[in-house]
Amino acid sequence: MSFDVPDDRRYLESHEWALETDGVVRVGISDFAQDELGDVVFVELPDEGDDLAQEAEFGVVESIKAVSDLYAPVGGEVVAINDDLFDAPELVNEDPFGEGWMLEIEPDDPDALEALLTADEYEAQIA
Amino acid sequence: MPLQTPPLRGLHDEYGAKFTEFGGWDMPVEFESIRTEHAAVREGVGIFDVSHMGQLHVTGPDATELMQRLTSNDVSRLAVGDSQYATITDEDGIIIDDTVVYRLPDGDGNATDDADGDPTYLFVPNAGTDEATHQRWIDYRNEWDLEATVDNRTDEYAMFAVQGPEAVALVDDVTEESVADLERFEARYATIEGVDCWTARTGYTGEDGVELIVPWAAAEEIWTAFDCQPCGLGARDTLRIEAGLLLAGQDFHHDDDPRTPYEAGIGFTVALETEFVGRDALAEIHERGVEERLVGFQLIDRGVPRHGYDITNSEGRVIGTVTSGTMSPTVEQPIGLGYVPVEYAEPGTTLQVVVRGQSKKARVETTPFIDTV
Repeated sequence: MSFDVPDDRRYLESHEWALETDGVVRVGISDFAQDELGDVVFVELPDEGDDLAQEAEFGVVESIKAVSDLYAPVGGEVVAINDDLFDAPELVNEDPFGEGWMLEIEPDDPDALEALLTADEYEAQIA
Repeated sequence: MPLQTPPLRGLHDEYGAKFTEFGGWDMPVEFESIRTEHAAVREGVGIFDVSHMGQLHVTGPDATELMQRLTSNDVSRLAVGDSQYATITDEDGIIIDDTVVYRLPDGDGNATDDADGDPTYLFVPNAGTDEATHQRWIDYRNEWDLEATVDNRTDEYAMFAVQGPEAVALVDDVTEESVADLERFEARYATIEGVDCWTARTGYTGEDGVELIVPWAAAEEIWTAFDCQPCGLGARDTLRIEAGLLLAGQDFHHDDDPRTPYEAGIGFTVALETEFVGRDALAEIHERGVEERLVGFQLIDRGVPRHGYDITNSEGRVIGTVTSGTMSPTVEQPIGLGYVPVEYAEPGTTLQVVVRGQSKKARVETTPFIDTV
């Protein structure tokens, strides 16, 4: 089975992705991760304004069969959360890199993304 | 210890199924998605490979007595082709396992012809318990000096469950003889691809359906004769929770969460007018009443209840534990089962479930959570 790994963003070994646009980093989980989890039924996210340390737990995603912690790819302030996921957690399965995004962080360190896995490196990890 | 593999492990893998360890077996947990498989069974028909279930074969002049004295239900009521749900209890009335007991044709499946006219039973203990249960039957047979042969045939039979409102019609199409006239809990042999299959109108989903116990060697021909959604243990779990059916080892566990059939809400499996191991203790408990009971509940707040989470009363005092929980695909609400003191067991009672340190409001509901057969 092959999974989408768009190369416009960076990845964590724990399967989160991070995409920077105009200084804000959007975060979600990968296609591989949503497939491993199966039907996502619940997402728990922090509040806007919360401060997250890099690689800190920021929430939980639950499928019918599993509970999985979520980790922040970069440290900084949460400036937006995707509250559509509260009513429609299945967006994480349907469109993990788009509509299924989870939160946006204003990073403390604008270069923090550079230290994360590239698409090629992440693809090698899940191969 | 290496995992036991069902006969169709390779076929399921080719299909793209995901696997999980269950009761020492490497079983398919998901073929498509739990939601898709669950919906197929609620709305149409799906097929499960449940070859991890044990099969024990008991025959001989004293087979009925042996079965009667080791299971809680009334085996003497079974005519050939009947089956019943029962528990296996210890001297204290604590559930060791739950099972379905089928009465086969007299003498059926005997190694020799000697026992041709003798009553014969097949019963289905849960995954991974077949060896201990086999030993229990042998030990008691010897202690009571009964004449019966007890064989563990778990490795000789595959077991498939075809479940859903369209299941009986589908099985009826596939079998040479009609099976549409089988009543619930009735069973008989029917021919599929030239092979005799023990065909029972039983199941574990809350839907109508059929379970097939088939020779291991013919498993592939029989599985592929059914053109319907393959389903894994994931959907089996969500379906049975919605139906309020118990999972051995999780909703009761002989050592970790010892429960009697009365606490577990399956007092209907206890025939106190019969003699069986645990009967006297259960008669006393029946007389006295239970202190705790298994209830169904729905979370009112957002969250998903899971096995092992605490249940508290509205003041926050821990009063019980969640034994099973899921997001119900059918009612689209978080639901679960758990034991609480009887004063909290009334439907409508407000409870709380502690999810990752946060108290979530819950309400006791009647089970099943859905309309079942």
